[in-house]
Amino acid sequence: MHETAILPVDELAKLVSSDSSISIPPDYSFVSMAITRALIRQNKTKLHLLSVPQSGIQTDMLVGAGCVSTIETAAVSLGEFGPAPQVSAALKAGILEIIHSTCPAIHAGLQASEKGLPFLPLRGLIGTDLLQTRPDWIQLENPFGKNDPIVFLPAIRTNFAIFHAPFADRDGNVWIGRRRELATMSHAAEQTLVTVEEIRETNIMSDELTACGALSAMYVTAIAEVSNGAWPLGLSKIYSPDYSHLELYAKMACKRESFIQYLNEYVL
Amino acid sequence: MIEPKHTKTELLISEIAKMLDGLSHIAVGASSPIPGAAALLVRARSQLPVRVSVLSNEKHNDFTEGNRELFDCAAQGRIDAFFLGGGQIDGDANVNLLGLGNYPDFKVRFPGSYGSAYLYFLVPRVILFRQEHSCRVLVPKVDFISAPGSSPENIYRTGGPYALVTDKCIFSFDNQRRCFCLQSIHEGETISSVEQNTGFKFLYPEKILKTPPPSPENLKLIRTIVWKDISEIYPRFTLT
Repeated sequence: MHETAILPVDELAKLVSSDSSISIPPDYSFVSMAITRALIRQNKTKLHLLSVPQSGIQTDMLVGAGCVSTIETAAVSLGEFGPAPQVSAALKAGILEIIHSTCPAIHAGLQASEKGLPFLPLRGLIGTDLLQTRPDWIQLENPFGKNDPIVFLPAIRTNFAIFHAPFADRDGNVWIGRRRELATMSHAAEQTLVTVEEIRETNIMSDELTACGALSAMYVTAIAEVSNGAWPLGLSKIYSPDYSHLELYAKMACKRESFIQYLNEYVL
Repeated sequence: MIEPKHTKTELLISEIAKMLDGLSHIAVGASSPIPGAAALLVRARSQLPVRVSVLSNEKHNDFTEGNRELFDCAAQGRIDAFFLGGGQIDGDANVNLLGLGNYPDFKVRFPGSYGSAYLYFLVPRVILFRQEHSCRVLVPKVDFISAPGSSPENIYRTGGPYALVTDKCIFSFDNQRRCFCLQSIHEGETISSVEQNTGFKFLYPEKILKTPPPSPENLKLIRTIVWKDISEIYPRFTLT
């Protein structure tokens, strides 16, 4: 049995080597912007990001900082603040590969992994051009039916799952509430790194009410305590997104010069 | 005192709500304030309980299994209606959410296909909502099919397009003939302004209606109960 390490956030980020694949949640679901900034400070390169199932500022910032070579995602945008400008620029420049997906296909791939299965079938998809872009998605006959084509998706496994959560305990159990995709991400990852608003003394597993919203330390490699670790994104009811800062990012990320200036002011 | 004159936004909310009456579970995607407001209006005026699941909003969604639950729920037949936009929508109700031009070298990129490649197949009443009504959006043929409007007989499909709502008019989708049929034209628009700005062919009913204004009762609900929730879910949204 491993013990979950409690580290400073920069040490947490050091566990991620360049070339790693990392699963990350969508902007509204416990994004660790603290690790994101640490990864940029450490000049990681050639990361493969898997959005579960879409992403925004986290992906845009990592791509703009030159940390990423491929993204697999159902969508990438800054939501109401428009497209993800650094992603668009990197695609245009040919320095980023994008693997297009659809939300339930990403969930299904991760679920296959957490069950130790090589694949899962998924409804829909047939007749889309998306299917044509994915040589790894295979249309077959339902082996239990007749004349019932269905698409089989390979299991998705990543080196890391990375997110932020409201709290953890000293044993490394992490409270994720009903954001259960974070558990699926962790089950399908070799290692899980989590930043939390606070590390509490009371064991999360000692009370059923907190235990049922927990990700067990079994899956968690290391945690770091970082208050406001999701900022400028929000964290559930604990704090709202910092809309004026998100707007500022969207503006500054539109041009290379001002994006670099953003990194200098807020990240490096 | 309720100001009787309505805005275009309120008209759209009122019209979309009519398409949702009687349904028991309506799901609304992120960044969809007008469909969201329509769903909340249906909930506010219904005698029966209506479940509205607004993704990405904790207060207005009862999912506890993370964001995969919406998709599982749809596959179980537990979602009655959902909304899709589209950078391009064609006359066969194919939807393109990925980009303009030839894949993979799109000239213009949209955010992505999201869950469309799946939900369009599995939610019985998918309402296409795109305010911009122009020939660049409503095209003869989409550049990329994120989700097809219809499927061959042998493809498992319990859902699909129900209507297309724009700033100019409302089309219903004719499942037999697999094309759109003009239903009503909003105030200030004409058949000719709709035709000139629609890149695909559509059917005309015997009588084309003017989209009616929201009733005073509905306007009152939109500006009170619905507004209270929707302004909390989408803090930057306005009714004007």
